[in-house]
Amino acid sequence: MTGLMSDILESAVTLTAIEKSFGAVRALAGVDLLLKPGECLGLVGHNGAGKSTLMHVLAGTLKPDQGRLVIGTQDVSRQYSASNASAHGIRCVFQELSLCPNLTLAENVRIVHRALKGIGWKAKARRLIGEKLDEIFPGHGIDVDQEAGDLNIGQRQMAEIARAFTVTDEPLRVVILDEPTSSLDAVTARQLLTFMRQEVARGTSTILISHLLGDVLDYCDRIAVMKDGKVVAEKEAQNFTRHSLVAAMGATAEKAGPGTTARRRISSALTIEATPLTATQTGKLSVRKGEIVGLAGLAGHGQTRMLIQIFDGARKHSAAFIAGDRQSDGVFNLWSIGENVTVSALRHLRKGPLIRPEHEHNMARNWKQRIGIRTPDMNNNILTLSGGNQQKALFARALGSKADIVLMDDPMRGVDIGTKLEVYEMIRAEAEAGRSFVWYTTEIDELKHCDRAYIFRNGAIVAELQGDELSEDKVLHASFAESA
Amino acid sequence: MTALALNRKTLRALLPLASLALVLAATFYAQPRTMSYFGLNLMLQYAVPIALATIAQMFIITVNDLDLSIGPFVGLVGCIGATYLHDTPVLGILALLLCIGAYAAMAALIHLRNLPSIVVTLGASFIWLGIAVMILPSPGGKAPDWLKAIMSLQVPLIPFPIIAALLIALLVHIGLMTSSYGVIMRGTGGNPRAMARAGWSELKTKMVMYGLAGFFGVLSGLSLIGLTTSADAHIADRYTLYAIAGVILGGGEFVGGRVSPFGAVIGALTLALAGSFLIFMRISPDWQIGAQGAILIIVLALRALISAGEARR
Repeated sequence: MTGLMSDILESAVTLTAIEKSFGAVRALAGVDLLLKPGECLGLVGHNGAGKSTLMHVLAGTLKPDQGRLVIGTQDVSRQYSASNASAHGIRCVFQELSLCPNLTLAENVRIVHRALKGIGWKAKARRLIGEKLDEIFPGHGIDVDQEAGDLNIGQRQMAEIARAFTVTDEPLRVVILDEPTSSLDAVTARQLLTFMRQEVARGTSTILISHLLGDVLDYCDRIAVMKDGKVVAEKEAQNFTRHSLVAAMGATAEKAGPGTTARRRISSALTIEATPLTATQTGKLSVRKGEIVGLAGLAGHGQTRMLIQIFDGARKHSAAFIAGDRQSDGVFNLWSIGENVTVSALRHLRKGPLIRPEHEHNMARNWKQRIGIRTPDMNNNILTLSGGNQQKALFARALGSKADIVLMDDPMRGVDIGTKLEVYEMIRAEAEAGRSFVWYTTEIDELKHCDRAYIFRNGAIVAELQGDELSEDKVLHASFAESA
Repeated sequence: MTALALNRKTLRALLPLASLALVLAATFYAQPRTMSYFGLNLMLQYAVPIALATIAQMFIITVNDLDLSIGPFVGLVGCIGATYLHDTPVLGILALLLCIGAYAAMAALIHLRNLPSIVVTLGASFIWLGIAVMILPSPGGKAPDWLKAIMSLQVPLIPFPIIAALLIALLVHIGLMTSSYGVIMRGTGGNPRAMARAGWSELKTKMVMYGLAGFFGVLSGLSLIGLTTSADAHIADRYTLYAIAGVILGGGEFVGGRVSPFGAVIGALTLALAGSFLIFMRISPDWQIGAQGAILIIVLALRALISAGEARR
């Protein structure tokens, strides 16, 4: 007990039993984490492990449901928010950049520093950001009077990082860097990491979240591995190797995947051949008739853009798209379930220029049975369905069209397991009937249902895994690069 | 390449000024007698209330909203000004303060209930109009004498409307474009999420901006009846479109917090002048709105052309 107390007294930040749920999804399931002053902590984990949620809690932009947050020696669990995070000395460089594109860099500095006001605030802000940029990224060539929107993505990331390290009257205790090098080239990434070590030597603590395991191993003092909303491993960095890190990320015993079917080697004719436009050095993607091909890797590394590229390149009406983000790309909110299902096949339901309502009803009724949409009446509004059943309706829409290629953009987000199993079976049956599926998924478990998979990293295809090589271990290895 | 980029940027910034110069030149050509102190004064006097209403609209556009009620609101202020403010000044001032408060309350409603601003302000426009008709069922009333005195001020050399317009633009420029608090206002238009992450309350920002819009709407209404000397509930119905057009003509954008106070005032002057020019051209008032729309389309097309060139680089 005394040991724990002295740990807390010495720590910069202590998180105890932090829990956070979004609806039914438990993003953080009781996280304990301790950060010492002058320490760099690496934080790694696969998609949905809870890293970003944890950082949002620490930055005050999300309130945890449960748990204790101590900064220095002060328990701030109750009154912590984004507006006093920086007064407590906590800064965060978020993965999605948070500069205002219509403001100059100097003005963007003002946003995070309440002390910058009164006569001469602009000169002060300009000097602050200019000096910090010079210090971290010598030779950066960024004009601090330029609007942030006029900078390229790398320069914006540099500016945002520099902004997080500027100091006015508030202390600088902890800087959280969430994938800070994602848009930086090798030279600037090195500059940043070198600066980070200097800053740590001066007593500032940093948290580095990165998929570049080499960087995490080389530049962090300690590494915490997250999985399923928990910290599953935490050791000094020198006690980890690349292999043990990857193993820890996927550590829990391989669950016997429900409904896993034997993978097939398909040698039918090619239906798709494509090369991602998002990278210069990349592998090629090919899909055969009747094949289920998975796209994997960390979220947002070019998989969705690959799907859209295939969709745009496909012959008219030969590809169907199943959106993962139901609310923005999927359902027609004001339409009935039946209309939502039949919209892709209206061409085949007409007589002359008009739609035959009885054909439409037949098709809706038919799909209600085939895919098991749980509703008393297909004429009810689509929003009367649960999320899983809405997703079934979207599957019915795609499968009900005459398309040979079905593109799926992580469609099982937030869908219950029962629905998932039904849909997996259906995909398998449709594939056997000759349809090709390209399936982007963020859940490694789902790759079990694919015949082959491509792993994406930074917009490029970096690996192709045949059915028998498709293991969590291999996918994780390919998803995390050595270093930039 | 940088020189070219700079050129396009300056070009875009100069576009409002060039449009004004063009309309002014056309007016002078059509009616050379307007090229005098007296002529300019007469032509531009109504530009002052339009400029004030345009600035009001600009505050709303800065935070990515649109105000469809500014015209009827200016009319309501005019009615209050020509009745209560004239007869019982204390009550009149209270009523005007209440109007500004109502604008701020509208912001709270829009933000808290997550409603589209155009729906709420369109609804509000009927409320303003209704109250205005109740206060002043038929055209009439009397503007306070001090208002008339201010609006008929004679300044040596440069006509009063020009000085007033420049003064308004300068003041708003300092407040919104150079002050440290103005940065927060514009940032909220540019990236509301980033502002929330930095701990700024969007509700507060929006209420302040709507409150400022209400304040400038009040100034607009008062300056208008200072010129007309009496009021009518429908006196400023056209101002809603003028104000939006003025902001956009002046280089502002509907979303993204990119606005320019000087541009907005110049845009308002251009629109006011265009009205006079069309009268000199003996174009029937029925066609005037259409002709003003044509001017707007031409300027926006030019702007799109410059931007397209920028994107092609």
